[in-house]
Order: sequence, then structure tokens, then C-alpha cells
Amino acid sequence: MSWVLSLPLIIPFATAVFAFLLRNSPLGRWTSLVGSSVGLVASIALMSTVLHHQVITGQMGNWPAPFGITLVADLLSAVMVLITAITGIAVAIYALGDIDETRERLGYHALFQVLIAGVTGAFLTGDLFNLYVWFEVMLIASFGLLVLGGSREQIDGGVKYVTLNLISTIMFLTGIGLIYGLTGTLNLADLSGKLDAVENQGLVTVIAMLFMVAFGVKAAVFPLFFWLPASYHTPSFAVSAVFAGLLTKVGVYALIRTFTLLFDGDVGLTHTILLWVAGFTMVTGVLGAAVQNDFRKILSFHIVSQIGYMIMGLALLTPLALLGAVFYLLHHIIVKANLFLIAGVAKQLTGSTELAKIGGLYRSSPLLAALFLIPAFSLAGFPPLSGFWAKYILVKASLDEELWFLAFVALAVGLMTIFSMTKIWAEVFWKAHPDGRQPALSGLVGRTSLIVPIAGLALMTMVVGLMPEPFVTFAEQSAAQLLDPTPYITTVLGPQP
Amino acid sequence: MELIVASTVGVLTAGGVYLLLRLRTFPVILGLALLSYAVNVFLFASGRLAIDQSPILAKYGEATYTDPLPQALVLTAIVISFGMTAVLVMIGLGAYLEAESDRVDIEPEMRDATDKGESA
Amino acid sequence: MKSIILIVGARLQVALLLIFSLYMLLRGHNDPGGGFIGGLIAAIGFTIYAIACGTVSAREALRFEPASIAAVGLGCSLLAGAMAIIWGDAPFTGQWLFIGAEDGDKKGLPISSILLFDLGVYLVVLGAVLSIVFALEENI
Repeated sequence: MSWVLSLPLIIPFATAVFAFLLRNSPLGRWTSLVGSSVGLVASIALMSTVLHHQVITGQMGNWPAPFGITLVADLLSAVMVLITAITGIAVAIYALGDIDETRERLGYHALFQVLIAGVTGAFLTGDLFNLYVWFEVMLIASFGLLVLGGSREQIDGGVKYVTLNLISTIMFLTGIGLIYGLTGTLNLADLSGKLDAVENQGLVTVIAMLFMVAFGVKAAVFPLFFWLPASYHTPSFAVSAVFAGLLTKVGVYALIRTFTLLFDGDVGLTHTILLWVAGFTMVTGVLGAAVQNDFRKILSFHIVSQIGYMIMGLALLTPLALLGAVFYLLHHIIVKANLFLIAGVAKQLTGSTELAKIGGLYRSSPLLAALFLIPAFSLAGFPPLSGFWAKYILVKASLDEELWFLAFVALAVGLMTIFSMTKIWAEVFWKAHPDGRQPALSGLVGRTSLIVPIAGLALMTMVVGLMPEPFVTFAEQSAAQLLDPTPYITTVLGPQP
Repeated sequence: MELIVASTVGVLTAGGVYLLLRLRTFPVILGLALLSYAVNVFLFASGRLAIDQSPILAKYGEATYTDPLPQALVLTAIVISFGMTAVLVMIGLGAYLEAESDRVDIEPEMRDATDKGESA
Repeated sequence: MKSIILIVGARLQVALLLIFSLYMLLRGHNDPGGGFIGGLIAAIGFTIYAIACGTVSAREALRFEPASIAAVGLGCSLLAGAMAIIWGDAPFTGQWLFIGAEDGDKKGLPISSILLFDLGVYLVVLGAVLSIVFALEENI
């Protein structure tokens, strides 16, 4: 068991070592690609084991839980690891055509693999302090990727990004200290029971708020999202795609994990706050996007607004709502990463990402235009794409709880998303290029490696949209596991008395 | 002992927050360092303060010992914050040398103007 | 600024610090010390050398790119963790070999995967600290 769990972590680290040592030769990028493929195989193996056993656990160094470092995978963790590997391989292919040699020499591929390892570790760990360590692995790798190549704009964005994330880390550590002082354990499964038995429930709520702020910064929820639009439009496109797909989702995952497993005592307070946060996040994100005039900045603000939907699913805490949140997570990673990849191709073809300066892509490369429409409409929630089902489930869940206003907000935000997407469509694809350029896809160097991941991710969006049944059933099962953590706890700690 | 540790955490946090609110990169980095010291001391105290005790049971005999886990946690946290601070200093210094200014969050034109205003 | 006193003193100190760092690395299993401390001490040695003689000669003395040393160190630590698969244990379980022991009485010279792990940590710390120090020195 423990090997199935740790291989998705060991493989990216090993790949990072080889890719770094080979950074001056073209072999480096192929190492990265091979490593990502092996990693994908390992995550598929993990997924199938988890499907068979429901929850699996492994102890590092044979130290028994709750004393050693525990890795746990339930359905949610396993599917997040799988989707991380899928995004990883898509971006690794894309990087063949996007990352220049200067960046490769500085160790782009190694940092990228370390980032994937950090994200995977955060999904798999069953220990709060270990989660902190993975957050830091992720942070240091993403900071390196963010400032790689080092233009002034990148460094400005990077410093903001890292400062706010470090503050969130400090809050998280404070929460860890309080929890350890209160219960004497940091193992998630062990804590689940021990936190309920704590006499001073007020202090538990304080810890919950510390965690909410700490993970809220990572997930970029209102009012803690300012680092995201300040930094995501600056690095290379492959980097911003993997950031957009995965980094904030780690924060959302941590919120879902802790607020279903640990802090379910004072739901009336914590989850009401989450509900308000969700509403404001959706609205501010989409309004922020509406005033932007840069391809990537619009997409960055849309990440914020979409995070709101996932938090909404968590805040409602009904089986249907959690199902929606899980489904939304999966759909959003694929769609968002894909949109950033398309922005990269558009930049290479037309020379900029500012909407006023580019255009004419529909006439010159209709294939790219068609590939853009799939994730864009999915993001806005058009049937029959994946985003429609995700939004439908969440709106239905909020109507079931008779939260009419929240349902209205969710629908209105969807409408505003369409506005932003049509703005991009009209400016980038429909109108003629202001310089009269005819940027044809066929003239692009290395276009196969750019188009293949985009087409692959678009295909996945289509498949999820046209055949949602198995995915919904899967999300339903993982939501059920989240709401009833007994199997999770007994698997980690052994049968409870 | 409790008083000393508690007030140390408080003073470090206050200083860290004050420095974080500056508009220059270098004080912000120092502020982050102070804040991480504060949280490290706090983590250390979370295992209860036991003075002059070894962290291991000596042959199962001694009744009192200090909790070893927070020490391990603090060591990890120190290593990580040390690494982060070093990288941040490196990047910040590079940006400073390139732009002759370490002001954050203002437009490039304004950056020149405010720098002159402050030196005058 | 080249100071002859510093250069002469540095040569002596670097040698002492490097030996001391290895001593720290090896005693780390049961006593205070270990890969992290050892790596830091070795990094201090090379830093003193870089201050006295300049980063160019410090890089020459190091022979390898510091960042590559860190990568190799990460590889060593990973290998130490992954070795357990041969014996069918969980990852990062310590594996011991007692050289010269008679029928498993555990009295020979103990060599373990934990030592390899610590060596990896030593190299990671040495490489990472030195790459930052050299970059800072060269910037100014």
C-alpha cells in the first residue's frame, strides 16, 4: 500500500533531479516528459487501488499512526492526484514548444517537477504538519517558476505572491501550534475524534478561523485574493497554466478536507462565514474580470470567481452540494489550465495578450478558435459541457436549502462569465488584427506540442460534459466519504473501540 | 518563564506586523523573518514549557521530560523559513540592484518621483 | 579588497571547517549533529573562502556547480528512501548493514540507508546555501 501511495511523490522528485542535471542539454525536457508520463501511470495505479479499497493508507518508515508521517488516499485525494498528473503531462508537452532555452538552463523543468510533487504531497498527506511542509515545497517551487527569467514585472508579482503566502503559512503554523497544545496530535484522522472531545470549544473555533484565513489566502477567496491577479499574468504561459489549474485548488482541497474532517463542531458559525465568503468571492472575481483588458488578467480574475462556487459547495455541506464542489474542482482544473494554454498560443500568433492589440484569430486559425470555445463555454456553464453540470448541481443544492439569493448570485455570475468570454471571443478571435496581421497556426514553430495538450484537455471537457453520469456517481461517492469520515479514520488508526 | 515566552512572541509579532506594513521590500522581508521567529517560539511553547529536561526518557526511569515533537517541528519550520528568507533576499536584492529602488506596488514613473521626494 | 591576512587565515579555517563538518555529519545519528548542521558548517567554510579569495576561485575549489550538488543530494536522499523497496519495507524505513558482524550479532561496522539520507541532506544544504551565497556575492 505505502508504495502505491508514495510513488506519485518519488517519481516527480527523481525526475526533478535528472532534469536538473541535464538542464543544459535537450535531454532535459524529454526527461521531464518521460517523468510526467511515468507519474501519470503511477497515479492511475493509485486511483485503481483506491477504487478497489475505498481508502488506503501508508506509514513512512514503518512508524505507526498517529506518530509517524501518514499518507492517506481516499477517493477525493486519489482523483486530485490523478488530475494533477494529467495537468502535469499536458503542461510538460506544452512546455516543449513554449519554454525557451534560457529558462531551461535556469532549471525550469526541475522546478516544475518539484511543484507537481508538492501539489501531489499536499493531496496525499494525512498529517497537518506534513501538509505545511508540502505547502512550502510548492511555494518555493512556484516562486522560482514565477520569477524565472526575471523581468521587473515578474519579480514585483512574485514578491507579492510569496509575501502573502508566507503570511498565510505563519497563520497556519500558529493554528498547528494551538492544535498540538490542545490535543497533542497532528494526525488528521486522530484529530477528528480528539477535537470533538476538547472542553474549550471556543479555542477550536479560533483554530478553525486561523485555518480558514490561511487556506483562504492559498485558495484566493474574498477578501484575500489580491496576490493572484497581481502575479498570474506575468510568468510564461506553461507556468501560469499550471498555477491556474492547480495551486489555488490545493487551498480549496485543504479547506474541504479540514472543514469536513476536523471543524464540523460549530457548523452554524464557520460554514455561514464560508457561505458569505463564497458569495463575495464569486461577485468580486467576475466584476474584476469585467474591467480587465488583458487575456490573462481576465482569466486570472475568473479563477477567483470560480473558487467561489467550490467554497459555496463546501459551505452548504449537504451531500449534493459537496458532490457539486468536487465535480467543480475537477472540471475547473482542466478548463482553466486549458484556457491559459490557449492564451499562450494566441500570444505566440498575434504578439500580445492585450485585447486591444490583437485579433483576427478566427479567420486565420479556425481550429484554435474552435478549441477556445469548448473551455470558454464550459467555464460559463453552457450545456452540454462539463461546466453546465457543475453549476447545475450547485445551484440545485442551494435551491434545496432555500438559499434563493445565493442561487441567484451563482446564476448571475455565470451570466457575467459569458460576458467576459464573449469579450475575449470578439476581441481576440472575431475582430481583424489592428496591424492587419494574418497569424496562421500552420506557421507556428513547434505547433504540434502546443496544440496536442489543448485538444486533449478540450476532449476531456467534452467527455465529462456528454457523459457526466460516471463522474457524478464518483463525485457522489467521494462526497459521501467526506461527510462520513469513519472509514477514513478506521483505515488510518485501525478499528476504534 | 511563561511570561518571558509569551511576551517574546508578542513583541516579535508586533515588530513583524509593523515592518510588514512598510512599502519597501527589505523591511517586509525582515518583518516576515520576525513573524516566523514569533511563530517558531510559539510552536516550541505548544509542547508545554519544561525547563532543563531532556527530550527523551532515560531508560524509562525519569518521570519528567520535555515533549520532543515540537522541537522537531520547530527545527523543520526554522529550516524552511531560513530557505524562504534566503531566496526572497536574493530575488529582492536582484530587483533592487536592477531598478535602484526597492519600493513595492507603485508604477515605475511614480517610483522615480517618490524616491527623489524622499531623498530631498 | 584583498587582505593577505584573511587569505592565509581562510586556508586554515576552510580545512578545519570541512573536517569538522564531516565529523558533525557522522556523529549525527546518536548525538547532536547530522546532515543539516554539517552542510551548514561546510557552507560556512566555502563562504569564508569566497569572501577571502573571491567567488571565482571558490567556485573552482568547489569543482561542481553548487545547484548540481544540491540536486545530487536530493537524489541521494530519495535513493535512501526508495531503497527500502528491495527489502519489501515501507518507504524511508532504515536499512542496516553490519560489516564484519558474526551471524547477525549487530556488532560490526554499521552502515545504514539513514547515513545515505543524511549525506543527501548535507549535499542539499551545502549546494543550496552556496548557490544563494555565490549569487549574492556576485550581485554586489
